[in-house]
This record gives sequence, structure tokens and C-alpha cells, in this order.
Amino acid sequence: MGADFVQLSLTPILIGVLAAIACALPGNFLILRRQALIGDAISHVVLPGIVVAFLVTGSLASLPMLLGAAGASLIAVLLIETIRRLGRIEPGAAMGVVFTAMFAGGVLLLEQSDTSGVHLDVEHALMGNLESLIWFDATGWSSLLDPVALASLPPELPRIALVAALITVLMLVFWRPLKLSTFDEGFAATLGLPVRLIGLALVAASAVAAVAAFDAVGSIIVIAMFICPPATARLMTERLEHQVAWSTGFAALSAVLGYVLAGYGPLWLGSAHAVSAAGMIATVSGLMLAAACLAAPHRRRIGQPSA
Amino acid sequence: MPVPGSPIEAFLSALLLQAGYNAGLVAIGASLLGIAAGAGGTFLFLRKRALLSDAIAHATLPGVGIAFLVMVAFGLDGRSLVGLLAGSALSAGLGLLCVEWITRHTRLAEDTAIGAVLSVFFGFGIVLLTVIQTLSQGRQAGLEGFLLGSTAGMLYQDAVVIALGGVLAVLALVALRRPMTLVSFDPGFAAALGLNTRRIDLAMMLLVLAVTVAGLKIVGLVLVVALLIVPPVAARLWSERTDHVVLIAGAIGGLSGYVGAAMSAAAPGLPTGPIIVLVAFSLFLVSLLLAPARGVLAAALRHRRFQLRLHRRQGLLSLARGEPIFDPLTLKVLRREGLIRPDRVPTEAGRLEATRALLDERRFEVARRIHRDDPLSHRYDGLTPIAAVMTGDEIAEIDRLLADAAARHRREDA
Repeated sequence: MGADFVQLSLTPILIGVLAAIACALPGNFLILRRQALIGDAISHVVLPGIVVAFLVTGSLASLPMLLGAAGASLIAVLLIETIRRLGRIEPGAAMGVVFTAMFAGGVLLLEQSDTSGVHLDVEHALMGNLESLIWFDATGWSSLLDPVALASLPPELPRIALVAALITVLMLVFWRPLKLSTFDEGFAATLGLPVRLIGLALVAASAVAAVAAFDAVGSIIVIAMFICPPATARLMTERLEHQVAWSTGFAALSAVLGYVLAGYGPLWLGSAHAVSAAGMIATVSGLMLAAACLAAPHRRRIGQPSA
Repeated sequence: MPVPGSPIEAFLSALLLQAGYNAGLVAIGASLLGIAAGAGGTFLFLRKRALLSDAIAHATLPGVGIAFLVMVAFGLDGRSLVGLLAGSALSAGLGLLCVEWITRHTRLAEDTAIGAVLSVFFGFGIVLLTVIQTLSQGRQAGLEGFLLGSTAGMLYQDAVVIALGGVLAVLALVALRRPMTLVSFDPGFAAALGLNTRRIDLAMMLLVLAVTVAGLKIVGLVLVVALLIVPPVAARLWSERTDHVVLIAGAIGGLSGYVGAAMSAAAPGLPTGPIIVLVAFSLFLVSLLLAPARGVLAAALRHRRFQLRLHRRQGLLSLARGEPIFDPLTLKVLRREGLIRPDRVPTEAGRLEATRALLDERRFEVARRIHRDDPLSHRYDGLTPIAAVMTGDEIAEIDRLLADAAARHRREDA
């Protein structure tokens, strides 16, 4: 755990943990509202947004990327809603139509345009490049106190930290209305809560988390972290507060374990090459969910026989 | 005439199967696949489980990786399509079982199970792909083609395998269409008839799985789900009958596959999958716009007709009561039908129609009073003529009451 670790592994692990938490927090509410696949849809839709933003501005600066992704998410939500209403089509299928078409459009745009000079391709979008987010100027743990070295931190770290903090604060501030409208939308509406607005804000917050995480870690982690840690936590407890706490823990644990297994696991097995950290983090979160499905205390529906 | 050598000419020649034997085979394979996917996806869509196919598609990736590793370990060619597809079918089947098991045995909902299986299997598949990349340093395994589909440099036997898969899926569909229709509409009734709904559901899933696996090489696993969802959704807009929806979805899927493959043959640098998906999506947009009952255009026309009828009726009532009309649309409607003159004075025909409208209105008023609890009298919307709702006898009775009331009125005045 010396200078190498700080330089090569500390920042990716931190970014992974923060991205995982930022996605897992809204994921808790999404799975309770039966909207788990929104994370899947958003992470597909982000691609055309980012590509268009790149084509317009010609750079990979973060603000245009974020705006492009947000715009694409907004268009997707509008399209899904329009198709659902006009064609009287069930929401799942409407979502499937929109996100596949937008993703296909994004891929084609990307292949058509000249992105050879920058790091933007489909595989990067899917797998992310967590391993490459290293901290060049770090010389050891002391660099954490060195302002010069801190200035060269990968920009993804402060960005994802900001988003994770924003999501946490929003969730704490709007905890009661969020909880109420998630469990009993009718009751929340009779209390005068703007339930539709709350639902929309939740989707928007998920989109922000997805976009920020997508930038750093690729879409696999985004989808996995929206669903697996909250689902695992759901099987551990009957209380939402505890579920959110568990899910944060599971998200962080899968990010750390996944990164370590991907980076160091092959070395222990005698291979010189690391495997995809993003894929490994998703795999670890899935193994946790599998364990919870088999043994967690609250895994069954209420009233379901234990046999 | 298109210029020889231009993309349009290349596209046309590919469309007419003139772009070479392999390109023609790919186009035929893609259209067979599209037919099978569109028709098979319809049942999944009617069962409201469209997104299950997304989990199946993403769950194929680890199978591709493992099959490659196993084949290489046994000294075979790791890129053999049959082997890779067999592996992908196995892991997709495992993913499907996981979704079923999680939904049946835990409290998690199906969408959560779908998302979890999708992301975890895909993540694990990516891990395997990176392992393969490091193993086969120097020579490309070409497995990335399974992500987004690639037909460039496809081998003859690969195209045959895909076309065969499409044919088999279509045959299975024809054989199973009746029980699958029954189960997608009314599982309870199907069970009461003695059908094994679980087994039919399973057959439906296996069919979807087969289509997904056969489509991997052409469309790629990220987008193959579009072939299973977009054509049924588009077809649903055109018809209210299952057998028609299945046929139309098959046609839309087949057309997308065929045109998409031809376009991609004309532009070999582009991945095939996204092109096919975008062709399907444009067909969906056309359907959304033009479909006869559920389309946007039809809905707009319906709305406009309703608006005109409403303005005509309200205008006539105003004429009958001698009230001035200011609304420009009302004036336009009345003028166009020759019911009023340009100076807004009613014509002879206008006065006649206005009296009729007022009589209808008065009759409805009485009808609503005397048949207070009758649902028929609630059909009053200010537009339907009373003769469409009530019998001649009833109207005669209403007229008698109206005449009585008028007579009473006159006596009181006198």
C-alpha cells in the first residue's frame, strides 16, 4: 500500500465507489416504484447525447457532454411519453422502442464522424475506462496534502463527488415526500404532494447520476449499480432507511472488491494482464445479489411459504 | 439512373441481391431473422414482457466468451459461429432461468430481476472479453462484433446458419401460434382449457431466445432487442386482431432486416445492427403517423371533425335562439354549408336546420327529465341526434309532453 497504490489505484477506486453510490441511492426508489429499467434506458440514451454534444462543440469538455446527455434524456422521456399516449402502448415497450432507436442513432453518428483524435468510441461508452483514471503526480499518501499534486487529480473525481453529494443532499431534503409518494402515491396526492413532479425529479436525478457515472465508468456499472445493490438491500430489511444504508454499503463494497479483483486477481492467478474493472464490479454486485437471494433474511414475499 | 459506383447504386444493387453472393445471403438471412423476431416478439409484447428480451440478449455475452475459451482450449477454431451461438444460447437460457427464479422465489419484481440479470451477465461477459483479448494478443478474436453486429467479412457458412435459424424460428412460430395467442390474452382461460401455460410460456421464451441468438452476429446483442420490440409495437398500431398484428410485425421486421442489410452492404464501414434498428424505427414512425385508427394523423382528423360538428351544432342553436355569433370557426362552418349569408343572417336552409337542432335539444331536455336513471338519456352529448338514441314511439311521447308544456305556457300567458 505505498506510492504505487496512491498513484494507480486510489483514484479509480474512489471514483468507482462514488459512482456506485450515486447510482444506488436513486436506484432504491426506482426498484420500489417498478421503474428499475429506467437506469437501463438512460444509460443507452446518453450515448447519442454525448456524441451530438461532441459533434457540435468538437471537444470532450464536461459541460457540453453533460448538457448533451441531459438533453438526450429529456428527449427520450418526452418521446416515451408521447408514444405511450398516442399509440396507447405499454410503458415497457415504449421505452424499448425509444432507447434502442436512440442508441442505434448514437452508434451510427459515432461511426460516421471522425472521432479518431479523441477518446470516444462505443466500447469505451459500454465499458468505461476506470483503469485509466490514474493520478499522475501522486508520489505517495503525502500527496493528499500537497496542493500541486491535488491539482492534477483526474477531473472525473471532483465531478462524481459533487454529483454523489448532490444526490445525497437531495435525497435527505426530500426524504419524506419521496418515501410517501413511493409507497402510497394516492395518499401522497391527497396530502397535496406533487406526486408527478416528484416522480419526474427522481428520474431527472437518476439521469444526472447516470450521466456523471457514465462519463467515468461506462454504462455497465451504471445499470448494475442502479439495480443490484438496492435489490440486495431490499432482501436484507423491511425498512427503507435501512435499505438505503445497506445499498450504499453494498455499492461501495462491490466497487472496491470489483476493482481489486479486476486489477490484482489475474496477478494472483499468474496472468500479467488485468481484466475490465467495470465488468468485474458488475459481476461482484451480481454475486452479492445472488447470495442475498439464497440466504438474506427478508428474501421472500410476505406470506410466501418458505419451502 | 444512379451513377455507377455511388452509394445509391451500391444500395440498389444490394437491394436486388446483385451485390455479391454473400451480401445477398446476408440480406436474406437478415430478413428471415426480422420476420421471426417481429412475429415472435409480438407474443412477448402482448404478454407485456417485452423487456425480458433485453435480459436474454445481454445474457448471451458470457456464453460467447466461454464458448470461445473452451473451443480454443480444445484446439478448435475459436471463431466457429455454431460453437459461439451454442454457448450464447446456453448462457442466455441460464439468464432467463435466473429472471424466472428471482421473480418466483424472492420478493423482487420482474423488472428488477431483468435489470439485474442484464447488467451482471453483461458485466461478466465484458470481463471474459478482456481475458480473451489478453490471451489472443496479436490476433483479433473478433468477438466485439457480437456487441453491435457486423456482417462485413461474414463467412458463407455463417450466413447459412443464420438463415437456417430464421427459417426454424418461423416454422416454430407457425406451429405454436394458436396456444401462444391464447396464453398472451388470457392465461387463466388457457389453463382452464387444459393447456400447460408454463410450458407454452417457456416455448415462447425459447423462441425469443433462438431469434436473439441467431440475430447476434447481424444485429449485435445490444440492439437485437429492438427487432423483438419495435416491429410488434408498430404493427399493434395498425390492427386490433392478433393474427394480423403477428403478420404485420413479421413483415415490418423482415423489411427492416432486408433494407438494413442492403444499406449496410452499400456502406461496409457502418455496423449493420444500428442501421437495421433505425430502418425499423422509421417504419414505426410512419405507422405512428399514418395508422388508420391509432395513428396521429387519424386522431388529428377525428378531433377536427368533432370540432366542426360541435361548432355547427352550437352555431345552429345560437341561430335558433337569435343570439349573435362571434366565434370565427363557427361562422366559417355555417357559411361554408350555406346556412348563413356573409352578413351573418341565416338563410332559409339555415333557419330550417336551426329549428331542427333546437327541437332536438328540447326533446333531449325532456328525455333527461323523464328517464332520469336510464343510461340512454346519458348519451346526451349535444351532438347525437335523439333519433339515434330513442325509438319513434319514445320521441312521439316526448313531443306530446313538449306540446302539453307549450299549451300550459300559452294558457298562463293568456
